[in-house]
Amino acid sequence: MLVLGIETSCDETGVALYDSARGLLAHEVHSQAALHAEYGGVVPELASRDHIRRTLPLVRRVLARAGARLDELDAVAYTEGPGLAGALLVGASIASGIAYGLGVPALGVHHLEGHLLSPLLSRTPPAFPFVALLVSGGHTQLMEVAGVGRYRLLGETLDDAAGEAFDKTAQVLGLGYPGGPALAQLADRGRRGRHRLPRPMIASGDLEFSFSGLKTAVLTLVRSAVLDEGTKADVAAEFQEAVVDVLVAKCRAALASTGHRRLVIAGGVGANRRLRERLDAAAATGGFEVFYPELALCTDNGAMIALAGALRLQASAPRDYAFTVRPRWDLAALPAAG
Amino acid sequence: MNILAIETATEVLSLALGTGARVHETTLAAGARQAELILGEIDALLRRAGLGVRNLDAIAFGAGPGSFTGLRIACGVAQGIAAARVLPVLAVGTLEALAEASGVKRAIACLDARMGEVYHAAFERRDGTLHEIIPAGLDRPDALPLPPGEGWTGCGPGFAAHRAALVARLGARLEAVRAEVLPTAAAVLRLAAPRLAAGEGSDPERAVPVYLRERVALKTAER
Repeated sequence: MLVLGIETSCDETGVALYDSARGLLAHEVHSQAALHAEYGGVVPELASRDHIRRTLPLVRRVLARAGARLDELDAVAYTEGPGLAGALLVGASIASGIAYGLGVPALGVHHLEGHLLSPLLSRTPPAFPFVALLVSGGHTQLMEVAGVGRYRLLGETLDDAAGEAFDKTAQVLGLGYPGGPALAQLADRGRRGRHRLPRPMIASGDLEFSFSGLKTAVLTLVRSAVLDEGTKADVAAEFQEAVVDVLVAKCRAALASTGHRRLVIAGGVGANRRLRERLDAAAATGGFEVFYPELALCTDNGAMIALAGALRLQASAPRDYAFTVRPRWDLAALPAAG
Repeated sequence: MNILAIETATEVLSLALGTGARVHETTLAAGARQAELILGEIDALLRRAGLGVRNLDAIAFGAGPGSFTGLRIACGVAQGIAAARVLPVLAVGTLEALAEASGVKRAIACLDARMGEVYHAAFERRDGTLHEIIPAGLDRPDALPLPPGEGWTGCGPGFAAHRAALVARLGARLEAVRAEVLPTAAAVLRLAAPRLAAGEGSDPERAVPVYLRERVALKTAER
């Protein structure tokens, strides 16, 4: 089954071609980060305007790279939500138009289900059941995953997402927007523990997170210090360590409470080098395995949408071409596939 | 030549199918349900004409200005179907479609742009063809560019939202007001058919919306 996947939920246009027999054939992502940088955050209307210019050319490029034609498709999958309503509608319109034109099914996919299943595209995919940490600029959630569509929310952030905390702290340190990756780079040059930051909710006894206080603590720290380059790097290193400490501790607690021995990391923060280092170390001593998506598939992409679409379509195909978007959509409310 | 025309710049979902011999139309007060309804209605329209999506030769759509989301639904669906069927696409100005739909000789086409502004353009019909007198613009009603001469009819919902200000601004130039006229897919189709026949259609990815309002947020440095 050859499935085209289209992702336009936020500020990345992602398109991919996935074959259920041959795996991922090609994928392309266009990031709008530069477009939104001078606004200090994603401007939804500008995101939508860029998506409608980028999507179809990306579809052409993906097909060319895979040596495939549109009329060979068996289905088109698109991100139905959660995300920015106007941005989602662009992907939904184009995907549904293509599917209707070809006479093949169009399928709306849950963005987080895409992230959750994306490690299945790696060379060593995890088997079900597993615990998944979805950690990105928009989400921080721990889920128990028993199969496709069989998800139980274990805990989530009460305020900022972890990636959001990285971006906001980067702004405090004058690293621009979106500064999360720049902050992580700077942290590599800094000394952890030279300044001390809290580990929010690390001993809360549950699987919830909170990161907004950490950003405020950085702000307080920065106001009372002379902010030379060395100090900035030290603050960045301590901030990153605080976030990683909390994420690792909650992952271990989630594995302990569910009894599962496989941990899946998905979402943009999953690309963070220090997080991977610490999780690998925890896995080695804690008796569990940890799985990551390919680095290129950590951030938003079309491949995970094509994959999730293919897995869902094998269970049941939609009957018509009415498309809607769901800017807010609870992952645990999805039906099980098959 | 079988041409599908889509116009969703207002709250109305307007579709037209020209088969050379005749025109089939669908008009629905869709409101926020345009996405949900559009492909099912396109399919029903094609079936009414005894056709399927495989029989289409070209697609035209109202490219704006108008509701940003509406424009992108029309554009996205047009792009998608055209890419799948390998068809040319033609973007038609929504204000021109509004003037065409009005049927009047001298039309000031006007849509409410919110934030105290209107999208507007002026067209004159000569020898059965619309000629652009004032190009599409975005202005406050009291700063509307004035068309030459008299005998103009104010057309479109912009005249419902800002009637008093526009009437005062246009003064003796204005002969009548027809605020109820909307841009329709049938008008898009009438404007598009000769252009498509002349080979003016493009690859679908090159057919994109025209917003006019470019400033939609403040940059960090402007705050």
